[in-house]
Amino acid sequence: MHITLNIWRQKDRNSQGGLVTYELSDVTPDMSLLEALDLLNLGLVRTGVDAIAFDNDCREGICGTCCLQINGRPHGPLKGVAACQIYMRSFEDNATIIIEPFRAKAFPIVKDLVIDRSAFDRIIQAGGFISVKTGGAPDGNTLPISKHTLETAFDAAACIGCGACVAACKNASAMLFVAAKVAHLGRLPQGQPERKQRALGMVAQMDSEGFGACSNTYACQYECPKQISVDNIAFLNSEILRAKIF
Amino acid sequence: MELDSRIPEGPLEKKWDSSRFNMKLVNPANRLKYHIIVVGTGLAGSAAAASLAELGYNVTSLCYHESPRRAHSIAAQGGINAPKNYANDGDSIYRLFYDTIKGGDYRSREANVYRLAQVSGSIIDQCVAQGVPFAREYGGLLETRSFGGTQVSRTFFARGQTGQQLLLGAYQSLSRQIGLGAVKFLGRREMLDLVVIDGQARGIVVRNLINGNLESIAGDAVILATGGYSNVFFLSTNARQCNASAIWRAYKRGAFFANPCFTQIHPTCIPVSSEHQSKLTLMSESLRNDGRIWVPKAVGDKRDPNQIPENERDYYLERLYPSFGNLVPRDVASRRAKEMCDKGYGVGATSMAVYLDFRDNIKRHGKPWVAEKYANLFEMYQEITGENAYEAPMRIYPAAHYTMGGLWIDYNMMSTIPGLFVLGEANFSDHGANRLGASALMQGLADGYFIIPYTLSDYLASNKIKAVANSHSAFKDSEQSIASMIKKLLSISGNRAVEEFHKELGDIMCQHCGMARNAEGLKKALELIPALRERFWSSVRIPGSSEDFNQELEKAQQVADFLELGQLIVEDALQREESCGSHFREEFETEDGEAKRDDDRFSHVAAWEFQGHGKSPMLHKEHLSFEYAKPSQRSYK
Amino acid sequence: MAKTISLYGSSIGQKIVSAFTGLFLCGFLVIHVSGNLLLFKNDGGVSFDHYAGALSSSVLIRSIEILLFAGFAIHIFWGIRGWIFNRRARPKNYAEYNPSESSSLFSRIMLLSGSIVLFFLVVHLKNFWVPIRFGAQDLSDYDLVRIAFQSPLYDFFYVFCLVLLAFHLRQGFQAAFQSVGLRSLWLKAINMVAIIFWLLIPAAFAAMPLYFLLAKGGR
Repeated sequence: MHITLNIWRQKDRNSQGGLVTYELSDVTPDMSLLEALDLLNLGLVRTGVDAIAFDNDCREGICGTCCLQINGRPHGPLKGVAACQIYMRSFEDNATIIIEPFRAKAFPIVKDLVIDRSAFDRIIQAGGFISVKTGGAPDGNTLPISKHTLETAFDAAACIGCGACVAACKNASAMLFVAAKVAHLGRLPQGQPERKQRALGMVAQMDSEGFGACSNTYACQYECPKQISVDNIAFLNSEILRAKIF
Repeated sequence: MELDSRIPEGPLEKKWDSSRFNMKLVNPANRLKYHIIVVGTGLAGSAAAASLAELGYNVTSLCYHESPRRAHSIAAQGGINAPKNYANDGDSIYRLFYDTIKGGDYRSREANVYRLAQVSGSIIDQCVAQGVPFAREYGGLLETRSFGGTQVSRTFFARGQTGQQLLLGAYQSLSRQIGLGAVKFLGRREMLDLVVIDGQARGIVVRNLINGNLESIAGDAVILATGGYSNVFFLSTNARQCNASAIWRAYKRGAFFANPCFTQIHPTCIPVSSEHQSKLTLMSESLRNDGRIWVPKAVGDKRDPNQIPENERDYYLERLYPSFGNLVPRDVASRRAKEMCDKGYGVGATSMAVYLDFRDNIKRHGKPWVAEKYANLFEMYQEITGENAYEAPMRIYPAAHYTMGGLWIDYNMMSTIPGLFVLGEANFSDHGANRLGASALMQGLADGYFIIPYTLSDYLASNKIKAVANSHSAFKDSEQSIASMIKKLLSISGNRAVEEFHKELGDIMCQHCGMARNAEGLKKALELIPALRERFWSSVRIPGSSEDFNQELEKAQQVADFLELGQLIVEDALQREESCGSHFREEFETEDGEAKRDDDRFSHVAAWEFQGHGKSPMLHKEHLSFEYAKPSQRSYK
Repeated sequence: MAKTISLYGSSIGQKIVSAFTGLFLCGFLVIHVSGNLLLFKNDGGVSFDHYAGALSSSVLIRSIEILLFAGFAIHIFWGIRGWIFNRRARPKNYAEYNPSESSSLFSRIMLLSGSIVLFFLVVHLKNFWVPIRFGAQDLSDYDLVRIAFQSPLYDFFYVFCLVLLAFHLRQGFQAAFQSVGLRSLWLKAINMVAIIFWLLIPAAFAAMPLYFLLAKGGR
């Protein structure tokens, strides 16, 4: 296969960036897109050109490190997978692929396709946990949890923190990310004591990080590699409403 | 130097209790005065950093990821063991202890393993309290399953994402401490040196990966929880950034490296499909419960597998091991697959794969029956290979996956450098020569939540630790030596990329020090690796500068370390003239072709001491004695 | 956990305000359309005139009117404020952005559809509400409507704006329930009732000018 890659290159956070075109032959359909980028980098490095920086790690769709906007969509053309799980057979021969970093004010660019998502960590630090110290936890079986409750909470807990929701949203809103954690913990019995503070703390941090507000386009749900439902956003909304009014 | 494992006196089941009582405590009011550096934020690192901060220590946690949530613990699928005996099937602490010792082929410490089994129940409780969604029965109680061939159901799991959920639990506890200001977290920092002052570990030097600055961090103790080194094989199931630099550089500062040759190969991975393959993906071992493994009887038979009639198929595991069949342990299944491929029976485009076939079970029970059990794995297979495994057999091949070896530690998790503690996969202690399924998560969390908080306080309270600032000359010296190494790397300006050397090293390691090893091959590797290292240092090319975000430079340092570590692994494999667990020496096999241990000569931990560049490392032996679990030869016939 | 938010200052509070005011305005639409259906009654406008007269003289209706204006004002103000807030969240746009795969057009153009509806509202108030409310004309209320609707150009504008209103409600009605956390609970019912709002009500409003243009064109 032959492909043309238009890749965002930017030296550092404050530089002006731009798309650069690269031609790549010797691509096989069995290669992953990231392996195609590796191959491209191999050629660049051998000739002394700065390699294209892109974040990736587990390459099996669970660590949430990769964060590429591929042809205008976070994680590319397939539903329910991360960018590292895109294989070249998803593209036509001679295709042009545009790769950009996820864009949001709250995700400043580090270099090329690498961004800084520490805003997500600060949101978790503002309440995305259950305050239990090590030791002293009661036996795991003292608290029965219905299968339904557990499964619903798990669907939210599957979030990998990649930021595709932010990247997909026209408002760069982090609502799905925040809602997933609020719903994961807020639906479980263990999470009840801190329910209110958790939602309020996380939303306050989310707002101060510069993410936009949700306008219910549900693009996040569509692009989420773990297919996390916007029902969790409704859950978060009602948590806030409940915490502030009722 | 004599290795002192500091195993407490007394009967096995009382050792941990009595040592906890005997350990000195740090007065709560004084804890904040101690600065603890925790490197790595996987299960062990996050758990340790959070737990120590909860106790009141002043903790700095750091990792090379942007966020503490991305460590590779997150990719563990299967589950976590704990002998809770919820299934009422006769499990006990002693049985988990015994299984782990036996599974490790009698190359681990009894006292450590017993302690691990003891505290593992508390891990489940702790994680449930954090909100980890372990699978539950309809009645609301926790569900367990049997895993990896054990006869009891002691494995707790959270769908196929147990590692993710456990890591997020630990990450959330760590995040809480960061939010409270009790932990200072530094992301995108790679540890490049350990600083030892007056014989004590007193800090580290890291590179800020964003701006390239070298930063010295002084502390009163250093905890390494930096994972394993499977990536020395280049292709492994580890994440791409997993590396051995932190432990390797600690080794070069005097920490002993134990049993480096104990590396585990997982049998059911998706095989290599292209020459640009960057990593391998593991599929759960549970597939072997219902899939049959075979190769064509004829060498080089390239027919479509569905066209190969029954009598031309060799179900070699069923043939060789009539009673265990496809369920033989990981190391046996892996080794036999390699043997078949080496003999030319391999299948697929690369001929480096064997078939894992569900045809018979689909015929017998129907597709829905198979789908209900394995749908997610079939989907994963299809996603990666583009093939439908309901219609044609899967192709599988073993891949490097876990390293039992690591820095030597005593019973208190301390390395041979006082004040340097090593947790999780980075240490060597609990799995001997082979790790059981669902035990890695258990060990990481046990070390971090329930062991280090006690043993660290004992160290701090019983040793005099002078105040040291990061302006100390030892830090400056270290920074200088790192800077000059980086400068040297950048100045080579050759014509080959780092990745090419890494690949080549991986080939050497897989070929000569992989699933089956022999003296001849190992000696060959000892010629090839130094030559490769030399070529690396003369012809690698690293574009860019040291003053900004430069992933090639990061990789170069990791590979430079792998090129040294690889040699140590081979040396260790060469001196261990026996077969045990994952370490299979072809010269030492029984008549049936099974691993033949030599307990008289090798019932010890091989701990290597760095002697300087260009010098052979010195081997120290820690004798292993088995008072409770008496060694026996494995047999799966 | 020191951090908290004020409901109205937060991004979620903003949605909740938009949701409640939006639903309130939906309620107004129901009343408005049901009254106006009298236009179709074939009695030469007697019933409609009676109804319109009652509206402009009732004290109760007049006080509700104030609420209604407040509802519009808040809904519009919050909508624009939210839009500006959201624009700031992505200062640099994508070179290639492909949102049509993941979200509906209706959901992405709420500000545009809302603005057109607002413009329509102003024209509509000037043409009908002001004359009827302040009664400064010789024509009956019914005739006022009838004559206005006999202009094809005006009718085209009118129907066009109602299509945009339909777009606005297509997204807005169910989104309001999402914003207050009820959508997933009552999903089926909401989707059914939503049809009334985004299809039936705009269609009924649009039928009025067409009725006068086509059926009553000659009178």
